[in-house]
Amino acid sequence: MDEAAELFDLELRLLLDAVYLRYHYDFRGYALSSLRRRVRHAMARFECARVSDLQHRIIHEPAFFAEAIQYFTVQVSEMFRDPAYFRALREEVVPVLTTYPSIKVWVAGCSSGEEVWSLAILLAEEGLLERSMIYATDINPDALAKAERGTYRTERVAQFSRNYVAAGGRGSLSDYYTSVYGNAAFDRRLTRQVVFADHSLATDSVFSEVHLVSCRNVLIYFNRALQDRAVGLFSDALVRKGFLGLGSKESLQFGAHAEKFEPFASLQRIYQRKGL
Amino acid sequence: MTGNDLPHQFGAVVIGASAGGVQALRVLLASLPRGFKPPVFIVQHISSDRPSTLPELFGNVCALPVLEAEDKQPIRSGTVVFAPPDYHLLVESRETLALSIDEPVKFSRPSIDVLFESAAAVFDEELLAILLTGASSDGSEGMALVRRAGGKAWVQCPSEAVASTMPESALALAGADAVLRLQDMCDRLQGGLK
Repeated sequence: MDEAAELFDLELRLLLDAVYLRYHYDFRGYALSSLRRRVRHAMARFECARVSDLQHRIIHEPAFFAEAIQYFTVQVSEMFRDPAYFRALREEVVPVLTTYPSIKVWVAGCSSGEEVWSLAILLAEEGLLERSMIYATDINPDALAKAERGTYRTERVAQFSRNYVAAGGRGSLSDYYTSVYGNAAFDRRLTRQVVFADHSLATDSVFSEVHLVSCRNVLIYFNRALQDRAVGLFSDALVRKGFLGLGSKESLQFGAHAEKFEPFASLQRIYQRKGL
Repeated sequence: MTGNDLPHQFGAVVIGASAGGVQALRVLLASLPRGFKPPVFIVQHISSDRPSTLPELFGNVCALPVLEAEDKQPIRSGTVVFAPPDYHLLVESRETLALSIDEPVKFSRPSIDVLFESAAAVFDEELLAILLTGASSDGSEGMALVRRAGGKAWVQCPSEAVASTMPESALALAGADAVLRLQDMCDRLQGGLK
C-alpha cells in the first residue's frame, strides 16, 4: 500500500476511536470500503485536507459532529423497495402473524423511515395495524426525526407508487398521503402504533420480544463481526418461529448465527427463527 | 511485456462497461482461459428495475464461474463477479467484497468509480483496471485512483468502442497504460497461459 493510503487508513481508525470516545457512536465495526468513501466526501464537503483535520473539528465542535454524522450513516431507501419482499411479507408472513393476539415488529436501522411507513400501510391493509406495535430504531437523530415526520419529496413518490402496486398494494398509495408544498405528507394515523427510538446495533442490547425484524441494507455497511453482533440481537429478540427480513443481497450464510434460522422465503431473504 | 504485466499474475482485475458493454464483455470474458488466477469484478451499467441476468448471460461463454455479488462474499481466485443491479460493489479487503446503496454516482448504481476506487485502496499496484465502451464519464476518476495507487489501466480504443465517451473521458482525466482494441486485450489476458 502506498504511504498516503496507509496514512489515510491510520487516520481513519483514529477518527473512529475519537468519535467513539467523545460521542459514544461506534462506527469501528463498519465496512471500511464504504467508510473510506464517506469520509472522503465529508473531507471534500468540509474542506478538510486530512482526516485528522476532520477529527479535530469533530472532537471540538459537537454541532459540527451532528452535521458530519450524516456522512457516516445516511442511507436513502424507497418505500416498498424490492416489491417482491413486501409481497412475500403480505402473502406468506402475514398469515402467520395473524395468529398472534398482538404483533411486535422491529425495523432496525430505519433511517429516514420509508420502510416503516411501507410496513404500516401493509399492516393496515391486512387489518393488523391496530394490534401491532412497530419499533423503528436508528442511531441518527436527524434521520429518526425525518422518519417520524413521514414527508417525502413529491418527485420520489412516483417510484414509491410503482413499488406499492408491484408489492400487491390493495388500493392506491395516494390514499395515504396529501400533497403539501412539493411534499407528500403521509397520514399520521399510520404511525400511531410506531415508536421511533434511538438504538445502536453496535452498542445497545435487546429491548423487547418481537415477531418480525426487518433490517434491510443495513448489515451491508457492517463488517462480519458487527453483522454477527446485530444478527445475534435479532435472534435474541425474536420469538420462536419469528421472522427476519434482510436486503435482497444480504444473507446469513457467511455469518455466525446461520444455524439459528431457516430460510422461509429464500428468494426474498426472509428467514424464520428456529424453535429451541 | 515484463513479468509483472502478465495479467494472470495480478491480484485482481476490475472491469467497467456501459452502453455497448454487454457485447464487449462477451468477447472479453470468452477469452479468459481456465486457470486464470485473479478474481474479476465487473460493473456493467444496467437498468435497476429488472432482476439481473448477467451471470446467466455470460456463464456459458466464460470458462470461469460467473456470479452476481452477495454482501460480504468471500473473494475467490479465478471467479468472475458482477455488481448486482441497484447496488454499488466494493472491495472490502483482499478476502471480501461488500455492497452499498449509497447514492448513485454520476447517475449510476452500480458505479464503476466506486468499484475502482475501493479496489485500488486494497490491491494497489497489483490491480488491473479495464474500462470499456460507454456513454458516461463513470470510471474516469476511479481509473485515476487506480493509476495513482500504482495499478495498471487499460482503456478500450475509443474508435472501436460502440460508445466512445467513457474511454475518451478516462483517457482525458487519467490516461492509461495501454489503449487497446478488444482483441488485443483478449490476447494480453491470455498471455502466459495459452
